[in-house]
Amino acid sequence: MSENLTVNTERPKMTSKDLVSDQEVRWCPGCGDYSILKQVQTVIPELGLNREDIVFISGIGCSSRFPYYMETYGMHSIHGRATAIASGLKAARPELSVWIITGDGDALAIGGNHFIHILRRNFNVTILLFNNQIYGLTKGQYSPTSEEGKITKSTPAGSIDHPFNPIALAMGAEGSFIARSMDRDPAHLKEMLRRANVHKGTSFLEIYQNCNIFNDGAFEIFTEKKTKKQETIFVENGKPLVFGANQEKGVKLDGFKPVIVDIVDSSNSVNDLWIHDEHDRVKAGILSRFFDNPALENHFPRPFGVFYTESRSCYEDELNKQIEYAVTKNGKGNLDKLLRGKQIWELA
Amino acid sequence: MSENNEVLDRVIIKFAGDSGDGMQLTGSEFTNTAALLGNDVSTFPDFPAEIRAPQGTVAGVSGFQLHFGSVNVYSAGDMCDTLVAMNAAALKVNLRNIKKGGLIIVNTEGFDPKNLRLAKIAEEDNPLTNGSLDNYQVIKIDVTKLTKAALEGSGLGVKEIDRSKNMFVLGYLYWMYNRSLDNTIKFLEEKFSKKKEILDANLKVLRAGYSYGDTTETSMRRYIVNPAPMPPGTYRNIMGNQAVAIGLIAAAEKSGLPLFYGSYPITPASDILHELSKHKNFGVRSFQAEDEIAAMASVVGASFGGHLATTASSGPGIALKTEAIGLGVMLELPMVIINVQRGGPSTGLPTKTEQADLLQALNGRNGEAPLPVLAACSPADAFDTTFEACRLALEFMTPVMMLSDGYIANGAEPWRFPSSDQLDVIKVNFQKEKNDGDKFLPYKRDERKSRPWAIPGTPYLEHRIGGIEKQHETGNISYDPENHEFMVHLRNDKIEGIADYIPEQKLDSGPEKGKLLVLGWGSTYGTIKTGCIRAREEGYEVAHAHLKYIKPFPRNLGELMYNYDQILIPEMNMGQLLMLIRAKYLIPAIGFNKIKGLPFGVNEIKNKIIELMK
Ligand code: SF4
Repeated sequence: MSENLTVNTERPKMTSKDLVSDQEVRWCPGCGDYSILKQVQTVIPELGLNREDIVFISGIGCSSRFPYYMETYGMHSIHGRATAIASGLKAARPELSVWIITGDGDALAIGGNHFIHILRRNFNVTILLFNNQIYGLTKGQYSPTSEEGKITKSTPAGSIDHPFNPIALAMGAEGSFIARSMDRDPAHLKEMLRRANVHKGTSFLEIYQNCNIFNDGAFEIFTEKKTKKQETIFVENGKPLVFGANQEKGVKLDGFKPVIVDIVDSSNSVNDLWIHDEHDRVKAGILSRFFDNPALENHFPRPFGVFYTESRSCYEDELNKQIEYAVTKNGKGNLDKLLRGKQIWELA
Repeated sequence: MSENNEVLDRVIIKFAGDSGDGMQLTGSEFTNTAALLGNDVSTFPDFPAEIRAPQGTVAGVSGFQLHFGSVNVYSAGDMCDTLVAMNAAALKVNLRNIKKGGLIIVNTEGFDPKNLRLAKIAEEDNPLTNGSLDNYQVIKIDVTKLTKAALEGSGLGVKEIDRSKNMFVLGYLYWMYNRSLDNTIKFLEEKFSKKKEILDANLKVLRAGYSYGDTTETSMRRYIVNPAPMPPGTYRNIMGNQAVAIGLIAAAEKSGLPLFYGSYPITPASDILHELSKHKNFGVRSFQAEDEIAAMASVVGASFGGHLATTASSGPGIALKTEAIGLGVMLELPMVIINVQRGGPSTGLPTKTEQADLLQALNGRNGEAPLPVLAACSPADAFDTTFEACRLALEFMTPVMMLSDGYIANGAEPWRFPSSDQLDVIKVNFQKEKNDGDKFLPYKRDERKSRPWAIPGTPYLEHRIGGIEKQHETGNISYDPENHEFMVHLRNDKIEGIADYIPEQKLDSGPEKGKLLVLGWGSTYGTIKTGCIRAREEGYEVAHAHLKYIKPFPRNLGELMYNYDQILIPEMNMGQLLMLIRAKYLIPAIGFNKIKGLPFGVNEIKNKIIELMK
C-alpha cells in the first residue's frame, strides 16, 4: 500500500501517541474494541506511512466509532456504506492509505452488497471487520453471524437465521487477501494488521471481538487459555496444520477431505500433514469451511491467520491506466474541441 | 424549383416506423441538414420502452419528431404537419397527433395483411382504403418495392436492401422540402467508409427517393422553409444528456479539479455515463457502481478526496441515493446530483417525461436537510445549469440537485456553444493551514457560511467528519439541544443565503405588469414560451417567467409576481411548484397540470391563458 507514497520528511516521525485523537473513547469498559484500537495505533507507525495520507472510514455500529479516536483523516459515515465510500475515495485518490472499519451487521447485513463488490474490484484498501456476532449499538439483536438458536431481544424463541461464514463469503467474492484474528491475541493481531497493510489489493481481516455487554464470551472457547490450543489452529504459510494442548494433533488431507489425526501415538507423523499454502485457492476454500459448532463432537479447530492471498491488479491502477491510455491515444482533453463537437455551422 | 413551391415558416415532421426501420437516423439526418441551412430546430425522439419489441406491432413503433422553421422554434412541437408512417402500427400510434389536413406519407407495403394483423387492424379497416384518412393529404409510396428496384443487381441480400429503405424516404423528403443531399452524402461516406457496397446502396436509394419526387406526380407541392433569424455565431446540435456530460467536464476544467462520476445505469440518465466514459482523456473517473446507493456513496468518498464529485440518476435511483445525499448535507461536502426525471411513482414510465420529483429534490431526505435545487429548461440550457450547479456546490460546500427530465435528456436543439474562455473560472481553495491558532476547525465558516475543504494528504489538518450532529466549528460529535437547533438553522441559512449570489429572476417575455404571469420551470420552457407568444398574437398580453433556481428562489421573485393579478403555473405533476409558491408567497397561484408522460402542447397552454384572461 505504501508504494505510491513518498514519506514526508519534514514532519516528525509518527509515534503511537500521535495517533490518539483528543476524543474520549466511549466504548463500554471491557469491550474488545479497545484492544483492536491499541494494536492499530501500535502497528501504523511501523508501516512507513505519512499520517496525512491515512484515512479511516467507518459505517455505523459500535466499531464504527473507531475513526473518531484516530488522529488521522476520518469519516464516520452511514450504515453499511463505508466500503462504497472508500471505493469512491480510493478511485479518486489512489495514493491514500485507506482503512475501513466495519462490523458484522454493517458489512454483512446492510452493507453486504458493497462488501462483496469491493472484494471483487480489489481496491487497495484494508477492511477490518470486528465480528462480535451481535448488534451492540442498537442494544442486542442477533446479527448475520449469530449462531442458530441465538436468544436475543429480537429472537426470544431463538434465531432461525443460518449464519454467514465471513471467510467463506470473502473467498466466494474473489477476495485477494483473507485473514482472521482475535482481539485477545495482540501479537497475532498486530502481525495480521501488518500483513493486511502490506498486501496490495483489498485486504479483509476478520477480527473476533468480544462484546462483553450483549454477547459476552461468544469466542471464549477460542480466546481463553483453557481451551484455545485445542480449539484453534494458527496457520502459517509453508507450515503443517498442527494444534492441540501439546501440539499433538494435526490435519491431514485425504483427497479433498480433511481429517484430524493424532501425530504422537499413531501411524501419522507431522510429515503427513496438510502444509498450509496461502496461494492455494482450493485448499483455502476447504480451510474456510472449518467452521463447525464447537459443541459438536469431532469438530475441526477454528483457523486463524492468512487463509488466502493472491496478487491481482487493483481497480484504481486499471482506472489510471485507462486514463493514461486515453491521453496517449487522443491527447489531453481539449475543452474547446469538446464544446465544438463534431459538426458545426456558422450563421451570420 | 417549380412554381408549385409554397413557403412555410415552420413545419413539424414525425418520422415513425418499426424499431428496425431506421427512423431515428432518418430524423437526425434531416435535422442536421435543416440546421446547416439555418433553420431553427428542435427535436424529440420517442422510443419503444422494450428493447426488442415485436416487429410490426404498436409496441415496436419508434418515432422521431422534428420541428424546424424560419422563425424561432422553442420545442419539438405538438401537432404534426407531416407524418411519415412506415407501417400500419406507426400510423395507428401517431394519427391523433397530426393536424387535420396534414400530410401523411405511407409505405404501402407496411399495410399488407401481415402488417395490419400485427398492428391489430382488421383487413376491412385498412386505413389506406376505408376512407378514414379522407381529411388528410395521403401520399402512398411502395417504398419497399422501389428500394428493391433501385438496388437490383447490387448483389446485396434482402436484409441489407430492406435496411436502406429509410434512405428512400429521406431522399423523397429532401425533394419535398427543397433540401440538398450533400450533408447526408457526406455523413454516409464517413459512416460507411469501410463498407463500399453498403455506401453505394445507401447513396443510390437516397438519390432514387429524390428523383422519385422529381419524376412522379405523387405530390403537387414542394415546400420552402427559409433560414431563421438566429443570433449570428457558430452552432452545433446538442442533446440534453450530452450537454450535462459536457457541462460536468467544463466545470471540472474551470475549477481545476479532476471529475469523478459514480453512477448506476438507469433510463433515461445512462447516456450521461456513456458520454463521460468516452472522455477519459480529460481525466474523467467514471465508476459504474454495484447499485444506486454505492454510486452516491462513492461520490461522497471522492468529494472527501477533493474531486468534483458527481452522479446522475432518475427518480427510483434518486430515492435510493437519498441517505447518502443526506450524509453529504451533514458533512457539507460539494457534490452534484442530476435527476433526469421520468414518469413515476416507482418504476412508473421509464421512457416518458414528468416533473414529479421536485418535492423529492427539495425534501426527500430525513431531517432538515436543505440543498440547492436547479432546473434546466432545454437541452442546451442543461449545459449552463449543470455548470452552475457545480459552481454552487464548490463555492458553498454543499450537495446540489440539478433537475432535468426525459424530454430534455433526449431532445436536441442548436447550441451556440461558448468558447472555454467565455466560461467563468470556479474558485476552489483547498485549506492548507490551520485556521484557529494551532488548531484546525473543519466547520469554521467564511462570510458565505461555507466551511473549509481540507483534503486527505494535507499535513497537520487531520480531522474527522461524520453523519452524527456536530458541534459548531469543531465538528466534534454533539448531542447538545441548543447546538443542534443552531446547526439546523445554520445549514439552512447557508443555502438560503445563496440567493445573494445568484441572478435575480428575469421575465422571459411579456409586459412587466399586468393581468397574468405564467411561471414555469424545467422542460416546459419552449412550450410555455410559444404558448405565450401565440396568446399575445391574439391580443392577450400575458407574461412568462421561467425558474432556473428553485432552492433558493431568486430574491426578487415575490416582487416580480406581485406585479400581476394572477399567476398560472403549468407543470407535468399535480402542482408541486404551485404548492411551494403558494406556501412561501401566500398568493393564490393557479395550477395547470398534465400527468400523461407527455409534454404540454402549445395550444393547451395558449387556450389556458386565454381562458384565464378572457
Ligand atoms: S455494546 Fe458491546 S461492542 Fe458495543 S461498545 Fe459495548 S461492549 Fe463493545
